[in-house]
Amino acid sequence: MIEVKNIYKSFGEKEVLKDVSFVFERGKTNLIIGASGSGKSVLTKCIVGLHEIDSGEVLFDGRNFSDMNLKSRKEIRKEIGMLFQGSALFDSLSVEENVKFPLKMYASMTEKEMQERVNFCLGRVNLPGVNHLFPAELSGGMKKRVGIARAIAMNPKYLFCDEPNSGLDPQTSIVIDNLIEEITKEYDITTVVVTHDMNSVIEIGSKIMFIYKGRKAWEGDKVTITQSNIQELNDFVFASHIMKKLRG
Amino acid sequence: MIRVFSKPDKIRIFFKQLIDEIYGLGLGSLGIISIISVFMGAVIVIQTASNIDSPLLPLYTVGFTARQSIILEFSPTIIALILAGKIGSNIASEIGTMRVSEQIDALEIMGVNSANFLVLPKVIASMFINPFLVIYSMFLGLFGGWLVGVSTGLCTSYEYIYGIRYDFEMFSVTYALVKTVFFAFVITSIPAYHGYYTKGGALEVGRSSTKGVVYSSIAVLLTNYVLTQILLI
Repeated sequence: MIEVKNIYKSFGEKEVLKDVSFVFERGKTNLIIGASGSGKSVLTKCIVGLHEIDSGEVLFDGRNFSDMNLKSRKEIRKEIGMLFQGSALFDSLSVEENVKFPLKMYASMTEKEMQERVNFCLGRVNLPGVNHLFPAELSGGMKKRVGIARAIAMNPKYLFCDEPNSGLDPQTSIVIDNLIEEITKEYDITTVVVTHDMNSVIEIGSKIMFIYKGRKAWEGDKVTITQSNIQELNDFVFASHIMKKLRG
Repeated sequence: MIRVFSKPDKIRIFFKQLIDEIYGLGLGSLGIISIISVFMGAVIVIQTASNIDSPLLPLYTVGFTARQSIILEFSPTIIALILAGKIGSNIASEIGTMRVSEQIDALEIMGVNSANFLVLPKVIASMFINPFLVIYSMFLGLFGGWLVGVSTGLCTSYEYIYGIRYDFEMFSVTYALVKTVFFAFVITSIPAYHGYYTKGGALEVGRSSTKGVVYSSIAVLLTNYVLTQILLI
């Protein structure tokens, strides 16, 4: 479970997050949605400690991450897997080496066990046999899947996905969404997905939080999101013609 | 700085990276160092010989001057400046690209000390291998001078070698190698800093690379002045 309490974050004079609080539960695909520039990615980076928060608390299963020193944070980070918007695979390493990287750094495994784990993770994201390819040789969807394989290599308790569907075609987007949801349920982890893709919201949004201008403007799930009276949320959800038609 | 020079997360991985960097940054520069050194020695000999007008000056002065110039200044400083361009831009753009493509964030998320992981092997590798590169450059520079001096008849082989050996002090080499170690630190750490703190996209990576090369070249010249003042005066 991830609990965020009253966090504020500014960059210079610009206040990006204002008094944001929420709880993301284990075994659920928790979505942070909002328009571009609303503060979704900053919020995620604040949760995982890539940005320091100005005030507030971030708790991972009751452990106050925001108050920890670097050494203690490092221990929590070993429990975190993250899929970045651009996949962030290491260019100089092959697919296999990318997935093996966290294992080599932290796992007490033999080379054979690591190899088996890599093959399992790549198999889990439906990418067997690409071990020796390099990131530059992969398509966007394959990169995302390798990114997921790397994120789950260490059996994380928390999985963060920053815009996992950006730049992908609709079919591949659904494959990635389904994969994230399956992994969340299979490993009973707390998953946080940052997205502005309404397909993802409808497909996998067990819990959804809408951010508007740095504030939490709404919280609910994929059923209640279409029934809200909040203007900003409705403008976001029903922006496309398809969604307007669905609304009737 | 503290994060860069802290204990590596995994010593075995650090040594593997170190070997890779020694190969990439050091041995990968052998070609350019060879070409520059040979021509540098050749030009020094031609310039010196063509400026000796007085019959009172013995011809072994050509070898003596070539040795002093190459060992004291040209090999350590010019090679450092060349490497500041070659490996400095390489380091700044590599780390800068990793920053803008979130690869450094990915390392941090995994709990890896990214500054240490990315920068320390490069700094140590360069400080280790550059003295060898400079010694190699000294030999090639002197060889280039000999080749041109003898083949063009500016001096005889005996005169040139006598000049090289004349009044030789080992401290000159020590001084050159001490400078090289400092230069190696400068030409890796400054570009690494600019790469690590890159913000933005491809344009900013280019800017970081340029800044890294320019600032490290200036730092080499300043360090050269300070060390010369301290060690030779």
